[in-house]
Amino acid sequence: MLELVIISTLNGILFGMLLFLMSSGLTVIFSMLGVLNFAHASFYMLGAFFGYQLTRWIGFWPALLIAPVLAGVIGAAVERYGLRNVHKNGHVAELLFTFGLAFAIEEVVQMIWGKSPVDYRVPALLDFPAFTIFSTNYPAYKIFMLLVAVAIFAALLIGIKKTRVGMIVQAALTHPQMVGHLGHNVGRIFMLVFGFGTALAAVAGVIAGPALVTQSNMAGLLGPILFVVVVVGGLGSLPGAFIASLLIGLLQTFAVSINGSLASLFGPLGAGYPLLSDIWNVTIAQIAPILPYVLLVLILIFRPMGLLGTRET
Amino acid sequence: MSESVESMPKPRSAVSDGVRFYGMWLAAAVALLVLPRIFPSGGALTTLSLIGIAIIFALSYNILLGQTGMLSFGHAVYYGFGGFLAVHGMNLIAASRWPIPLPLVPLIGGVAGLAFALALGWVSTKRSGTAFAMISLGVAELVGASVLILRSFFGGEAGITANRTRLFRLFDWSFGPQIQIYYLIAAWTLIATIAMYALTRTPWGRMCNAVRDNPERVQFVGYDPHVIRYIAFCFAGFFGGIAGALTAINFEIANSAYLGAVQSGTVLFAAYIGGIGYFIGPILGAIFVTYLSLTLSDLTSVWQLYFGLIFIAVVVFAPGGLAGLLMKHRPVMRAGALVPVLRSYLVALPPTVAMLAGLVLAIEITVHYTVNAADDPHIRAFGMSFDASSPIIWALAAALIVLGYLVARRTWAHVANVWDKATTAAREQGFLA
Repeated sequence: MLELVIISTLNGILFGMLLFLMSSGLTVIFSMLGVLNFAHASFYMLGAFFGYQLTRWIGFWPALLIAPVLAGVIGAAVERYGLRNVHKNGHVAELLFTFGLAFAIEEVVQMIWGKSPVDYRVPALLDFPAFTIFSTNYPAYKIFMLLVAVAIFAALLIGIKKTRVGMIVQAALTHPQMVGHLGHNVGRIFMLVFGFGTALAAVAGVIAGPALVTQSNMAGLLGPILFVVVVVGGLGSLPGAFIASLLIGLLQTFAVSINGSLASLFGPLGAGYPLLSDIWNVTIAQIAPILPYVLLVLILIFRPMGLLGTRET
Repeated sequence: MSESVESMPKPRSAVSDGVRFYGMWLAAAVALLVLPRIFPSGGALTTLSLIGIAIIFALSYNILLGQTGMLSFGHAVYYGFGGFLAVHGMNLIAASRWPIPLPLVPLIGGVAGLAFALALGWVSTKRSGTAFAMISLGVAELVGASVLILRSFFGGEAGITANRTRLFRLFDWSFGPQIQIYYLIAAWTLIATIAMYALTRTPWGRMCNAVRDNPERVQFVGYDPHVIRYIAFCFAGFFGGIAGALTAINFEIANSAYLGAVQSGTVLFAAYIGGIGYFIGPILGAIFVTYLSLTLSDLTSVWQLYFGLIFIAVVVFAPGGLAGLLMKHRPVMRAGALVPVLRSYLVALPPTVAMLAGLVLAIEITVHYTVNAADDPHIRAFGMSFDASSPIIWALAAALIVLGYLVARRTWAHVANVWDKATTAAREQGFLA
């Protein structure tokens, strides 16, 4: 039992930090441009595939640097040549644009790398068990993922709260005109922030690629959960996104490891009625994928602005 | 989206309005009756049936997006429930020998869609805009994932099947042959379309538009935008359920794909590409998207990519959709300035087509090298055969893209110029506000 709790907590924190890497970019983009980037998870996927391809050509470590830059450049180009032109038609048009983009990116990835998972492996340098808890080997790569995520989280917090660039970005969130009058190019700030946000997602992709499965539907699997994170945390709130990421990470990993069902708690009461016995016999591990959405619906009923959100959109 | 108000028929005498109104639907009914005589082949009947269903689904979606301004990513939930309950209903009716004929089964689907919209809608429609979009997505994911958990109801991966010919028979129609199914779908398409059109003309339909354009003001006038959105949501669920039931009747099966994200995305594509600002828009979009998905998939293996690119192009260049593009030309035509505009289109067409052909060629070559590189390099796409390994083809693709773009850019500027003149003329003559 203790073993299960410790391992699940570690894995939950790990998954949560990965979610946060992505939702931080999404949140920043949302607060600045007012548009929820539907294609954000697609950039995570692009990061993973770029990472895979570059790893095969030049090795993992250069790939870890170059792949996010590539994805970030693509993201910046999307903002400059796509989103900015759609902006005049309102937020729904922007959301639709990113929706179409997500669709197109998935098709392009499928076209280039195919539908089946690619062989993206953990770099040899980190391919050893870091420590052993209760006879379970904990891979060093997971520790590395955790460290990268924590480091980026810390850098992000410091960068936004303490540095001059962070101040300008924060000011541009709330008072774009004023920042413009002060001589900053708000359009370029938007473009750079969008590029930076997508690069963050790509970092998550590069480091998560070897641990999770790198395939062309990974964006579709993760995308909706990202929106759950952002809504549960509160739209536009970075600390909220952080808490929600950890919450959902822990919730899912714990649920996956619990094999109990209502039947195992109360006995086979629902036998006889097929629909009831479905509900009765389903294990908590099986409903793990839908738990984030249950959380989403509950949050929307009881606290529509999210955990730390301040505004209702 | 304010164009939809302009497109309203101007007040005229009650008689001519009535003739216009009923004449339009009569013409539609005649067209639906005659179509299978013009295209009698089995493939054409199947296509027409699918288009009819797509029209109902896209119009029901447009009650949300076009009329009330709610961008839903989960409309397939109601379509899917309609389909599943229709199949269960057909099985139950056949097993219990109830005297309920097949043409009434879509109502089961409609009521199922309505029931789920009633249950899920109150929370979903509390807010509009981005928040609504995300809630609809979350609900859709929740329901989509439940399909694989509640196996006895949804039938797991395989889905559940029914036999439509086993039901109570009216007038000796067995509903075995596709032609009878076509007429069933055509009748329901007409009924549902008329009903949804009538809805847009009720005071409530007008309030929907008001909620879309300015919810605060609606609140000041004393209406609750939430309630109006909720009612719109329920109507959309009802007609979406009918579409789902018709699909279930058509294929005699309902499976998890009915409720999936792809289905929700397709209806969004159809409604938006057609044009959400006009009632005719989703109809055009449903025809276009269904026809495209059926024909493109024969022509190229990456048809979905083209599909996505077309959607992005519509969002960026023609936010009014196909219907919006057509309607923009009406004032210009009335002002008699259409000819120079069309002439400028003709000039712009060849370089634009050349550029697009280059893009298509580049995509097809890339597909060959990434997906099936081991195969014969002589590939066929869009009816053309070419050798993907020959450098001439690569050079041709690059040249078409670059040169086509350089020339096309100039012709586009010309089009914009002519268009400006034409709209100025239309404005001077009072045809354009």
